Amino acid sequence: MSFLGEVARWFADPENWQGPHGIPVRILEHLELSGLAIAIAVVIAAPIALYLGHTGRGGFIAINVANIGRALPSFALIGLGLLVAIPLGLGLGFWPTMFALVPLAIPPILTNTFVAVREVDRDVVDAARGMGLTERQILRSIEIPLGLPLILAGIRTSAVNVVATATLGAVVAGGALGRFIVDGFALRQYDQLVAGAILVALLAIATEVSFGALERGTVPPGIRATP
Amino acid sequence: MNRAKTIVGALVAIAVVASACGGAGTGGTGGAAKPDVIVGSTNFYEQVTLGELYAQVLEANGYKVTRKFNIGNREIVYPALKSGQIDLDAEYLATLLAFVDKDGKIAKPTTDKKETATGLQKALDADQLTVLDAADATDQNGFVVTKDTATSKNLKKLSDLSPFAKDMVLGGPPECPSPQRPFCIPGLKSVYGLTFKDFKPLDAGGPLTVAALDGKQIDVGLLFTSDPSIVAKNFVLLDDDKHLQLADNIAPVVRNALLQKDDGTLRRLLNLISGKLSQSELNDMNKQVAVDKKDSKDVAAAWLKKQGLIK
Repeated sequence: MSFLGEVARWFADPENWQGPHGIPVRILEHLELSGLAIAIAVVIAAPIALYLGHTGRGGFIAINVANIGRALPSFALIGLGLLVAIPLGLGLGFWPTMFALVPLAIPPILTNTFVAVREVDRDVVDAARGMGLTERQILRSIEIPLGLPLILAGIRTSAVNVVATATLGAVVAGGALGRFIVDGFALRQYDQLVAGAILVALLAIATEVSFGALERGTVPPGIRATP
Repeated sequence: MNRAKTIVGALVAIAVVASACGGAGTGGTGGAAKPDVIVGSTNFYEQVTLGELYAQVLEANGYKVTRKFNIGNREIVYPALKSGQIDLDAEYLATLLAFVDKDGKIAKPTTDKKETATGLQKALDADQLTVLDAADATDQNGFVVTKDTATSKNLKKLSDLSPFAKDMVLGGPPECPSPQRPFCIPGLKSVYGLTFKDFKPLDAGGPLTVAALDGKQIDVGLLFTSDPSIVAKNFVLLDDDKHLQLADNIAPVVRNALLQKDDGTLRRLLNLISGKLSQSELNDMNKQVAVDKKDSKDVAAAWLKKQGLIK
């Protein structure tokens, strides 16, 4: 009980909410890091998955290659990222962490997007083709809109993983919420450590909830289940 | 049965070797018998180089030396020294004193080399060990700036930082601000009156601190005084002029049993090394081994030749 009280006191301390090391700045850093990682992963994974899903070719190989991303330990990738980033003059923290987060974010996006396009009712696609739509038009106006909820579900899974893992950036001198955890451990200020963990968990839950809402909002009106 | 036989066999073999060597020693030099010496080291390149320095100078003077390097950490090496599995190794005054006399009942390490060495000797007496002369070279916490910073602000010692600290960023291990770390931020404030603009948590004298200093993300970094990157990256180690850090000067620690068998040559030779081992000499050797990937054996031999300690 008294320990929880210490954590509550940590949150109540106005000093922890101010300045370049305060909670709002750390949350912003965390969102910036995670957001860019997801954006890069979407740019890499989505075109490949859309192409493979539409043509129905090579999906098995692509998904299995992408799944290697899940098997690579993020911690090792950050260390590797450091080795790459320092000679390139990219500095510590942000870019080495990015090096670990992007491979983590790619597999769910790739897999879900591929399946989303593949699972669109073939009769609808054939009908569209029969009406004279080009392949590009089929993808843009049939397959993507119908598959969007599933595509977003992939991005949501990635985003939650990335928000939770971005914490590791503090190990390589990054900012973000991991700072509270790493510094709390080093300084044996366990209230700070637990507070940091709570903030990361809350941010991950918030990510999950907002993407969930976005998914529900993107279900095309025609196939939306009426309550 | 088998094991008993092996042990007996080993004992016989040791006895034969020992007597044979004793005889050779007496015949070889004509003077007092030179005892055989086992030089040990912990598993750290600086320690291997120091072990090579001791081993080679002894070999050049007619001692038969066995090297037992990279044994492990101090928790393993110190008991090995105490029990005679090794005869001597290179140690660090303050750290060894705190290790041997954990509660500081006999003596506490201080920032003074002489005082710490005296205290350490008192603590080592119970284990029948002797600490010989300590070198000027240390392996302790040191504050480092880039060559550019040092030149433009004319920085040589830590107290030179006082007009600039308020605009500078300090980098070091995340625990640096802790009140339990008197060598870090609390000590800089109380001993030198330095308060920095900001502190960037990095690592304990590791690659992050080096990279951050190199990339100008920090202005002052906490590294170990014998870190090879100080030479490799042309960093400037600021002199600890008000003695914030505990005296971790390098000194050989030897078993009394070995010193008693010796005619004083061993003590004289090892003290000669300590007398010539300055911080920059040690850092240069560390850089050759850790950065240029040279063999510590060759690096040690070249240094001993340069100092005129071997031919």
